[in-house]
Amino acid sequence: MSLLQIEGLGIDFGGLRAVNDVGFSLKPGEIVSVIGPNGAGKTTLFNMISGIYAPSRGRVVLDGEDVTRLPPHLLARRGLSRTFQNLQIFQSMTVLENAVAGHHLHDRGSVFADLLALPASRRRTRASEASARALLDRVGLGRACQQEAGSLSYGALKRLEIARALALKPRVLLLDEPAAGCNAVETEEIDHLIAQVADEGVSILLVEHDMKMVMRISNHIVVLDHGEKIAEGEPAAISRNARVIEAYLGAQATEVQNADG
Amino acid sequence: MPEFLQFLLSGITVGAVYALVALGFTIIYNASGVVNFAQGEFVMLGGMITVFTYAAGLPLPLAALIAILATAAIGVALNTLAIAPARGAPVVSLIIITIGASILIRGATQLVFDKQLHRFPAFSGDTPIAIGGATILPQSLWVISGAFAIFLLLWLFFTRTLIGRAVLATANNRVAAQLVGINTNFVMTLSFAMSAAIGALAGVLVTPITLTSYNIGLAFALKGFAAAMIGGMGNPKGALVGGLLLGILEAMTAGYISSQYKDATAFIVILVVLFAMPQGLFGSKSTDRV
Amino acid sequence: MIMRPSNKVVTLVILAAIILIAPIFFPSSYYFRVGSLIFVNGLAVTGLVILLGYAGQISLGHAGFVGIGAYACALAPVHLGLHPALAAILGAFLSAVIAFLVGRPILRLKGYYLAVASLGFGILVSMVLSNEAQLTGGPDGMPVPELGLRAGLKTIGIDLSNTEFWYALSGLVLVVGAWLALNLYDSSTGRALRALHGSEVAARTVGIDVAHYKLQAFIISAVYASVSGSLLALQNKFVTPDIAGFLHSIEMVTMAVLGGAGSVFGAILGGAILTTLPQVLTVFQEYEQLMLGLIMMLVMIFMREGLLPAIARRLRGRGE
Repeated sequence: MSLLQIEGLGIDFGGLRAVNDVGFSLKPGEIVSVIGPNGAGKTTLFNMISGIYAPSRGRVVLDGEDVTRLPPHLLARRGLSRTFQNLQIFQSMTVLENAVAGHHLHDRGSVFADLLALPASRRRTRASEASARALLDRVGLGRACQQEAGSLSYGALKRLEIARALALKPRVLLLDEPAAGCNAVETEEIDHLIAQVADEGVSILLVEHDMKMVMRISNHIVVLDHGEKIAEGEPAAISRNARVIEAYLGAQATEVQNADG
Repeated sequence: MPEFLQFLLSGITVGAVYALVALGFTIIYNASGVVNFAQGEFVMLGGMITVFTYAAGLPLPLAALIAILATAAIGVALNTLAIAPARGAPVVSLIIITIGASILIRGATQLVFDKQLHRFPAFSGDTPIAIGGATILPQSLWVISGAFAIFLLLWLFFTRTLIGRAVLATANNRVAAQLVGINTNFVMTLSFAMSAAIGALAGVLVTPITLTSYNIGLAFALKGFAAAMIGGMGNPKGALVGGLLLGILEAMTAGYISSQYKDATAFIVILVVLFAMPQGLFGSKSTDRV
Repeated sequence: MIMRPSNKVVTLVILAAIILIAPIFFPSSYYFRVGSLIFVNGLAVTGLVILLGYAGQISLGHAGFVGIGAYACALAPVHLGLHPALAAILGAFLSAVIAFLVGRPILRLKGYYLAVASLGFGILVSMVLSNEAQLTGGPDGMPVPELGLRAGLKTIGIDLSNTEFWYALSGLVLVVGAWLALNLYDSSTGRALRALHGSEVAARTVGIDVAHYKLQAFIISAVYASVSGSLLALQNKFVTPDIAGFLHSIEMVTMAVLGGAGSVFGAILGGAILTTLPQVLTVFQEYEQLMLGLIMMLVMIFMREGLLPAIARRLRGRGE
């Protein structure tokens, strides 16, 4: 039984077919990676699944429910959360507040309670803060809690986004290049974290350029080129797929092969 | 029917002015991505400076020319002193800066000149010309033909001259324009100068009909913005059509509904346009990149 | 990391201390009058902090709500026979309803479009107040009935002069207003507002209903503006449509950004400065627009976060 199902998804920008007829599915706890050369439409695909773009064609089905064109905040309520390739951090809030903000669905309540700082409102905030601290510890940012988020390094911000996305307690997590800009040690940490989260039953959809990482942690890989799905399968099969190697001709082709070898 | 024609004629006259203000918005918006809320003050300055230079004894054409040049200089100063230093600032900051500039210009005008209503003589007298039962002032013809002349000149400038094309290229892609050797700072300066001069010219043309005073700028800014939006922000053709449409709508509102609430037309139009067709008549649809 | 005493407590204590101690140094009815003006403006600006500082949404028409609150106190006692205090509450309620109706469409707009739409709303309100002369007295304005609370206080042995009374009442309302705004800051709603200010798209993906929260901020700030208008009208005992005018909206925004729209205390400081200046410099009257415009431009060009954060940064810089 698949948790997230993508069927024939496509979008046009001013007559240009950016993504066309992409379909695949995710089972609970499965890690599926979407790979492809730059401009293949990976982020656009993510934006459609997470409700930021309205797809021109196709369906997104989450746990049996058609959620196509649902706005992001309603998708979040249904357990879908994501991170961004080009960081979308709440810059002027502290690291802790960023992670607490991720708990919005768990700590929202009446605005009057919030204005009057009623005990219920303070209790909600305290609960979120405790959970946020635990999450920040988990991504290695426990000691940066009170820092302004804007002052963190790029790699740390990537991890902060993951913590914020995990705060929703998602069933499906979309990670857009979580390891971009991270050094080898950080990449390994993220790698580890993703595997852990998946072990807890969260389905993960991943866009990543680090082929070694992709080959290592994915259960399943979907390859896009020019907005179309050109292949999908297990990592070992993908790295031998002739069309994939062709699409990646140049520097990255060797990356794919090296990762296999 | 003559009544309708009368409203139509006065609508087109004032609409031509709105079109010029909208054009001013468009030029600056295209060059810098900034919506200059001080745009209406250029119209006010054009009228006010002409009033006082004319009262000082200069012949009207010379007074008008001085007003247009002075306003253009103020436009350039606005860019150099306030807009350029704030490049990259959040939109809210830019809004506050240009609104601030608008209030500053108002305040300064009130100090340098006064708070009275003024006019100067119409260019070709005040004898109305009869058209099909309605009448039109000769000055209205000046306003309308002036507006069309400016649009024509500008179209020629943007399509036929190298500088004009450089401005268009900058509007399209600032970085790319810089890479091919276009001096984008000069383009910005030029845009502010042109935009201010066009606003001032509108002020010169319309003052004999509507009179001028230090505080008329805001209404022109609001209406010019509405006009630019109707046509689609950033599109000169849209500015022309939007200006005329708004002018006519406003005249009809004043004529058939309520003259007291004619100024509400612009606001209602803004809301309707925003919700019915956010990209305006001629604008292109854009998608936010994430 | 050193534990700081909570921002909320510090702000409230300083604010209350200033309100209580200032009368010792400035014990004249003139100063009480200036003080109560500062508090009333501070209240309206505190509302703007929630909208502009927390949520990052601009409004160039908030004086419209000030006008609604003010005219409610002028009209409801005469036409509905309401007590002026109830009229102020009615005004606040009406402002909330209007903010809901106006905010729903216009808050879908961003940046320049929101600025113009809100500006248009403010102009519309002042236009109605000027044009419906048989009801509002038109541009000449109309009288506002006495609140009557002072007489009530006298019977229980608290005898305050008129200016003392208004100083105390406005000060009290400001402290309550600041307390509410500071509560909001650290709550789920406040975080949602600040989050959507930082990144709307990220706010959406963590489940924040952006439109809903923007609307809440708009309504809350409208109520602040309305109450400030009611207080102003009741203590002046007269009201004109200027109170709802464009210039007043601009003054409010300038106060907010001058002190620092991100913090309640900063905004009140900005309000205090801009309220005091015309009193200190009589020439300011004449130069008011010039000065307002200049302040707006200078602050936005040279210290975008406002005075208070700029000062705080300088102090911190020296400490290290």
